[in-house]
Amino acid sequence: MSENVIEVNDVSMEFRLYKEKVDSLKEYAIKRLKHELEYDNFWALKNVSFEVKKGEAVGLVGRNGSGKSTMLKVIAGVLKPTLGSVRIAGSIAPMIELGAGFDFDLTARENIFLNGAILGYPREMLEENVENIIKFAELEKFIDVPVKNFSSGMVTRLGFSIATVYQPDILIVDEILSVGDFKFQNKCEERIQEMLEKGTTLLLVSHSTEQVRRVCDKAVLLYNGNMLLNGNVDEVCNLYTTL
Amino acid sequence: MRYIENFKKYLPLLQELVSRDLKTKYRRSALGFLWTVLNPLGMMLVLTVVFSTVFQQSIDNFPVYLMCGQLIFNFYNESSSMAMNSIVDNAALIKKVYLPKYLFPMSRVCSALVNVLTSFIALLIVILITQTPITWTIFLVVFPIFYTLLFSLGAGMILSVMTVSFRDIKHLYGVITTAWMYLTPIFYPMSMLPAKLASIVQKNPLTIFVDMMRMVVLYNKVPPVIMHAKCWLVCGVVVVIGFVMFKKKQDTFILKL
Ligand SMILES: Nc1ncnc2c1ncn2[C@@H]1O[C@H](COP(=O)(O)OP(=O)(O)OP(=O)(O)O)[C@@H](O)[C@H]1O
Ligand SMILES: [Mg+2]
Repeated sequence: MSENVIEVNDVSMEFRLYKEKVDSLKEYAIKRLKHELEYDNFWALKNVSFEVKKGEAVGLVGRNGSGKSTMLKVIAGVLKPTLGSVRIAGSIAPMIELGAGFDFDLTARENIFLNGAILGYPREMLEENVENIIKFAELEKFIDVPVKNFSSGMVTRLGFSIATVYQPDILIVDEILSVGDFKFQNKCEERIQEMLEKGTTLLLVSHSTEQVRRVCDKAVLLYNGNMLLNGNVDEVCNLYTTL
Repeated sequence: MRYIENFKKYLPLLQELVSRDLKTKYRRSALGFLWTVLNPLGMMLVLTVVFSTVFQQSIDNFPVYLMCGQLIFNFYNESSSMAMNSIVDNAALIKKVYLPKYLFPMSRVCSALVNVLTSFIALLIVILITQTPITWTIFLVVFPIFYTLLFSLGAGMILSVMTVSFRDIKHLYGVITTAWMYLTPIFYPMSMLPAKLASIVQKNPLTIFVDMMRMVVLYNKVPPVIMHAKCWLVCGVVVVIGFVMFKKKQDTFILKL
């Protein structure tokens, strides 16, 4: 039980903030000639290292802009770190933004297959589980309605339901639990707890320290891209609230 | 090996992306599928009326001649333009989920391939109406279409990489394809061109594909090996450049979207 499923080794992430966004060939040529292509370096993450063991639930806390989402994206492979490396053992279900990749012109049913394929789930498994997904999201009446006619909460429900139909080795959750209504939030938390019991590893970003304390046993505190503290959830949350 | 494994895992996604393209395309218009057959037919009619008097002596069976050229050129034009925009269009997804990004241009080219089938139906209709004699060589159309597919994929990948950095490539490419169309023997015979222009048109890769298409559909001939070799060379070079460029730049896409 002590193997590391996520190893973040000295990860730094640099973004270039151009003074003006140059995205046309014409502007680029002009700016280049005039030597006006200036940018500021901005390190969204600075030498962050931590490890997560199998079956652990780790919270990631920090103020707005401290680099939490960036960290999750690096772990999920969406962003490639400028320096350092990340090692992952197992399958990842990234819930960085639910319903990313929904096509709003397609119906809920069609989106289940599209979104499922995006997450790399096999088609047969999705076919077997269409009913379960719809039932969990409580969208039985809307299954053949285009997603553009859904409320944002409904979209989130569908996204959560699709992403969690399959038990991944690692679940990455970025502040998504705050969109659904109270009852659905509880349902999501229950499902996450269930997965934890079955051995899934969780990485959770949340601004609710209550929720982090309830769900996680360890936590990591980020501050302006630096890792301030990595340890017991109560210690970390206490420090976070005094920041 | 790892690449093949990964490709297999995401094969269902490729299918989903293609079926999404087709669904959204055909659902919007009431005539749907029928329209994509009628569209090349209509274009052919207009162009035949306009040009057949001009090139009457030099081209027999102008409608089929024209449609063979059109089919190949439109396939290239549609697939490369759609592939060009594929990365920018899927920005929302690329920012949030890890995916092999080559799937986006690839899926667009595959969707265009499905549209080619409908243009091919239109071509068959015209062949029937004009009572053009055809032989088994018509089955060889898979070759020119396959080569055009490869060429479009390579070109589409190169264009998609460039479009991420420079959004105005899109408009520039519109101008280029217009010029490219006139430099492809779609509605005129090669023999009509002055020597200088002919040498340019000869170097246009699409010319070989169009020639091959006409060879198998209109002239009932088997394309010689040397022609295939040329096609492989051209497609190979473009595809390799496309993949190498794409692979080198794909990690920076997210920073520019
Ligand atoms: N693509 C990008 N280009 C430039 N800067 C970026 C990019 N993505 C993030 N940043 C910067 O990185 C910093 C960290 O952003 P991040 O989204 O990780 O914050 P966060 O901790 O998730 O904040 P929040 O609590 O608001 O979700 C921010 O200052 C942001 O401006
Ligand atoms: Mg965030």
